[in-house]
Amino acid sequence: MITFRHVCKNYTTSGSSVLALSDINLHVNAGEIFGIIGKSGAGKSTLIRCANLLEKPTSGEIIVAGQDLTRLSSSDLRQARQKIGMIFQHFNLLSSRNVYDNIALPLELTGHSRKDIAAIIGPLLELTGLADKKNNYLSELSGGQKQRVAIARALANKPHVLLSDEATSALDPETTLSILQLLKNVRDTLNVTILLITHEMSVIKTVSDRVAILQNGVLIEENEVGEFFTHPKTAIAKNFIASSLLQHMPAAIEEHVFTEEQPHTHPVLRLWFLQGTATQPVISELSHQFDFSINILQANVEYIKKHAMGIMIVAIKGEKLKIQPAITYLKQLGVEVEVIGYVPDNIITFT
Amino acid sequence: MSQTTLLLLLNATVETFYMVIFASIFATLVGLPLGVILYTSRKNNILEHPYLHQLLAALVNMTRSIPFIILMVAMIPITRWIVGTSIGTNAAIVPLSVAAIPFIARIVENAILEVDRGLIEAATAMGATAWQIISKILIPEALPGITNGLTLTIISLVGYSAMAGAVGGGGLGDLAIRYGYQRFDVKIMLMTIVIMIVLVQVTQWLGDKLAKQFSKGR
Repeated sequence: MITFRHVCKNYTTSGSSVLALSDINLHVNAGEIFGIIGKSGAGKSTLIRCANLLEKPTSGEIIVAGQDLTRLSSSDLRQARQKIGMIFQHFNLLSSRNVYDNIALPLELTGHSRKDIAAIIGPLLELTGLADKKNNYLSELSGGQKQRVAIARALANKPHVLLSDEATSALDPETTLSILQLLKNVRDTLNVTILLITHEMSVIKTVSDRVAILQNGVLIEENEVGEFFTHPKTAIAKNFIASSLLQHMPAAIEEHVFTEEQPHTHPVLRLWFLQGTATQPVISELSHQFDFSINILQANVEYIKKHAMGIMIVAIKGEKLKIQPAITYLKQLGVEVEVIGYVPDNIITFT
Repeated sequence: MSQTTLLLLLNATVETFYMVIFASIFATLVGLPLGVILYTSRKNNILEHPYLHQLLAALVNMTRSIPFIILMVAMIPITRWIVGTSIGTNAAIVPLSVAAIPFIARIVENAILEVDRGLIEAATAMGATAWQIISKILIPEALPGITNGLTLTIISLVGYSAMAGAVGGGGLGDLAIRYGYQRFDVKIMLMTIVIMIVLVQVTQWLGDKLAKQFSKGR
């Protein structure tokens, strides 16, 4: 439904040229929710704004619903844009209009009669849960409700594609979840293809079918979301996953940790339970087979689609000679292990 | 108060009304589109045209830097060409309009500058034409600001119209000069001042009410 072919974007500011997007190749299938994640400044916004040509690429093709947008005349481009909905981080709604009239705006632009507009907006208000708010002005709405209005507005002209530019970044976690749920619902009921950008892994986890990482204007890793989380290929992908699973050592312990082994210290391991290993009783096996005492310092298990995955930080007390075989054993089970330091035995207790 | 004085005052008030209202209408008819073009022709805007913007901005600044009393006198040939005479209320409307046009243009431009750029972006993404963006987004969103600005302009025009009276334009200013100043008629002088004050108060009140109506729900 959306295809980027060799898309590049250069900005020239005061003589120097900045490469915002470099040779982007991307294909989003019809009916799919595709998420692009990246840190701020990675070029996400530029990329999604290329998908409706709000940003003109320096070179390359952008094909949406079979049309190469870069080759369209300005009036054809306007028509193509009517079939590409977009929602924004700051909603971009008109304060001079109430909810109903905001949703009606794109329909007025395409010359629908009042009667047609009413017939279209009714179901949209139901879908977005705004039926009782239709006469309210924006100042009377919460952030989540405003984004719902924006979603209804973006859907008014029955678009093939919905672009979501950090649509949940200004919302609290609970509201974010309800908006993402709505997006999923929109895809399921209206079969709209959704391309979204975000800097939050939780958004990708909750709603995306496929995901790609954008870093410094380059698309790095593209995968189905379950695969992406359980078999990350690049260090950047791993970092994103780790940051979404909060895997840092508790600060009170971290400040005492040595990087090299010292007398009276115990190794601290970071265990990655990626390939379905999070459902196995790995820790108790470790304790039985090698006679270790294990102190769990930090742990987090999450479910993405059907995959369970997690990260755990543990300190181990046991015979030194058995530690290497234990690591080998864990690796055989599919658990990735890193020794991230050594903690003195007066800091943590094994009882 | 004699009936003649009353008639004089009434007549002058109607003349002032006439001048101010028509000058406001003409100035808005030209100033509003001019302000919109000043905004939209800015760099990176929907009808980007930097040279046009600079030309119009220079023209607006030029007109605004001429004191009204000088503008009025300097414009006499043009006024005569348009109205056929340079004396009377009809003639006064020409310089009054010309003086108010750049004022209104800047007010409109500034009011639209306050509109969030994200709205233009959203409308562009919907496939709106430049005209649709102007008529459905920019002007409605900027309407409270434009209304406040127009109120300010109309009040200034009440003052200017009194000046126009001094050179044969008629209206309250003319009355105040001829009777109040030249004939030492303090009563008429005071009456004209009171009427002016009331005019300005009523205009401001109406303007505020209208602006409030337009910003309903914000």
